[in-house]
Amino acid sequence: MAEAAESPGNAGTASPRPLFAGLSDISISQDIPVEGEITIPVRSQIREFDSSTLNESVQNTIMRDLKAVGKKFMHVLYPRKSNTLLRDWDLWGPLILCVTLALMLQRGSADSEKDGGPQFAEVFVIVWFGAVTITLNSKLLGGNISFFQSLCVLGYCILPLTVAMLICRLVLLAEPGPVNFMVRLFVVIVMFAWSIVASTAFLADSQPPNRKALAVYPVFLFYFVISWMILTFTPQ
Amino acid sequence: MATTAAPTGGARNGAGPEWGGFEENIQGGGSAVIDMENMDDTSGSSFEDMGELHQRLREEEVDADAAAAEEEDGEFLGMKGFKGQLSRQVADQMWQAGKRQASRAFSLYANIDILRPYFDVEPAQVRSRLLESMIPIKMVNFPQKIAGELYGPLMLVFTLVAILLHGMKTSDTIIREGTLMGTAIGTCFGYWLGVSSFIYFLAYLCNAQITMLQMLALLGYGLFGHCIVLFITYNIHLHALFYLFWLLLGGLSTLRMVAVLVSRTVGPTQRLLLCGTLAALHMLFLLYLHFAYHKVVEGILDTLEGPNIPPIQRVPRDIPAVLPAARLSSTMFNATAKAVAVTLQSR
Repeated sequence: MAEAAESPGNAGTASPRPLFAGLSDISISQDIPVEGEITIPVRSQIREFDSSTLNESVQNTIMRDLKAVGKKFMHVLYPRKSNTLLRDWDLWGPLILCVTLALMLQRGSADSEKDGGPQFAEVFVIVWFGAVTITLNSKLLGGNISFFQSLCVLGYCILPLTVAMLICRLVLLAEPGPVNFMVRLFVVIVMFAWSIVASTAFLADSQPPNRKALAVYPVFLFYFVISWMILTFTPQ
Repeated sequence: MATTAAPTGGARNGAGPEWGGFEENIQGGGSAVIDMENMDDTSGSSFEDMGELHQRLREEEVDADAAAAEEEDGEFLGMKGFKGQLSRQVADQMWQAGKRQASRAFSLYANIDILRPYFDVEPAQVRSRLLESMIPIKMVNFPQKIAGELYGPLMLVFTLVAILLHGMKTSDTIIREGTLMGTAIGTCFGYWLGVSSFIYFLAYLCNAQITMLQMLALLGYGLFGHCIVLFITYNIHLHALFYLFWLLLGGLSTLRMVAVLVSRTVGPTQRLLLCGTLAALHMLFLLYLHFAYHKVVEGILDTLEGPNIPPIQRVPRDIPAVLPAARLSSTMFNATAKAVAVTLQSR
C-alpha cells in the first residue's frame, strides 16, 4: 500500500525512469466509481460517498427514497420499455402497495359468517409468495433476471390494481345493484389488463424470445387472483 | 519480506508467509501427508478466515512500517493515515468474507438448478401435451412415453386453484375454518401431490414402470379436463350439462391416464388395481369439486347485490300492541319498515 502511494512521487522525481512507469502500479482511476467485485487499494473517494449518505438527515433519505418510488410509479402507470425498474430495484414500493391493498381488503369482524373474506395476512402471503413463485418459474424457464428485480417489477405492477381497489371502495359507497357491479367489473378488468401490460413490458425482455408466453401466463393468473379478491370485496 | 515475516510467524519454520498457516497443521514436520483429523476445520467459519486475513494484514502493516521507518516502536496506532486505510480495508475484507459466506450458503440451499431440466419446454410442446391429455391411446402393448416436465402440471394446478376461487365466490361458499385461498390451494396441491404419491406407491406394489416425476406429470396433465369442466359448469349452472361433461371430458382424461398406466403394467390383477384406483379417484375428485364447492344458485347471484337486503316486510294490519319490541326489530331489517311498525304500534 505504501509503495503504491509513493510510486507516483517516485516516478515524477526519478528522471532515468520512463515518464509513465509509475502508472502501471495504479490500474484504476479513482474518478470512476467501481462497483462489484473489483477492489481498489485506496478507495477514499468511494468511502466518503458512502459515509455521506449515512450522515445525512433522515428527511433527506426519506425524500430521496420516496422520489425513487414515485418515479417508478410513473413508469408503471405509463409503461414504456425502459430499464429503470430493473436497474435500481427497490422493494419499498411493493411493500407500500401490498400493505395498502391488504389493509383495504381486510374484513371488519373476525367472526363474520357471511363471507370468508381475505384477512391481512392472507393477502400479504398471497402477494409475496405469488411473486416468489412467478420469479422462480421465470428463472427456471431460462430468464436472465435476478430474483429481486423480478419481485420489484411484479410488486410495482400491483399499482393499477390498488387504484382499482380505491375506486371500487368509492363506488361501493353508492347503492348496490347490477350497475354498481358492472362499473366495478369494468374498472377491475381495465386495471387488470394494465397490470399485465406493464409487467410484460418490463419482464418480457429477460426471457428467451420463444418462451415469453410461458413466463407471462403465471403473471396473468397472479393478477387474476388479486383482481378476483378486489372485485368480490364487499364491506360489512 | 520473507525474512522479516518469519519471526512474527511464530511456529513457522522459515517458509514464506503464504505457506506459514499451512505448515502449522502438518504433523511430524516434513511429512507430505496431511492429517485431516487434526487439521483445523475452518471451512465453515468466517471468524478464522477473518483472523487469518487480519493476521496477514497485520504482517503487511508491520512490513510497511518497517520499510517506511517512520515510527520506532512498531505500534501502528499512532499513524492515522495508515490506520484509516487499514480500518477501511479490514471492513472491506470483512464485507467480502461475509458475502462469500452468504453466497456459499445460498448456492448450497437455494439451488434451483436441480429443477431446471424439468422446466425446459416450449409453448408448442405444452399446447400439444395439453391436447394429447384428452386423447386416449389405443396401443397398450408397449410402454407409452410420458413427458417428464413440471411446468405444465404446475400451471394447471394453479389454474385449477384460480377456477375454484372463482367458483367458490360465485356460489357463496361459507368457509368457517381456514380461508378461501388456503382451502383452494390446499385442495388442489393436496390432490396433485397426494394422489400422485399414492398411485406411485401402488405402482411400486404392482411393478409398474413409472417414476415419480412421470406420475406427477401424468396426473398434472390429467387435471386439464377438470379445469375445462369446472370452468364451464361454474358459469352455466345446469346439472345435466355437468354430468355430461363429467362423463365426457373427465372420462377422456381418465382413459388416457389409464391407458398409459396399462401399457406400463404387466398382469391383469395389477392393471385392474392400479387403473381402477386412479380412475375412481380422478372421477370422484371432479364430482367432489363440483358439488362441495358449488351450490346451485337460484335467482340472483349474491355478488351482484352485495349484502343481502330482503324486501320490505309487509306488516299485517292487525298487529298486536303487545308485540315485544325485540322480536319486531329482529324481523324488520329496513329502517322504513321499523318506522312503519312503530307508527302502527302507537296507533
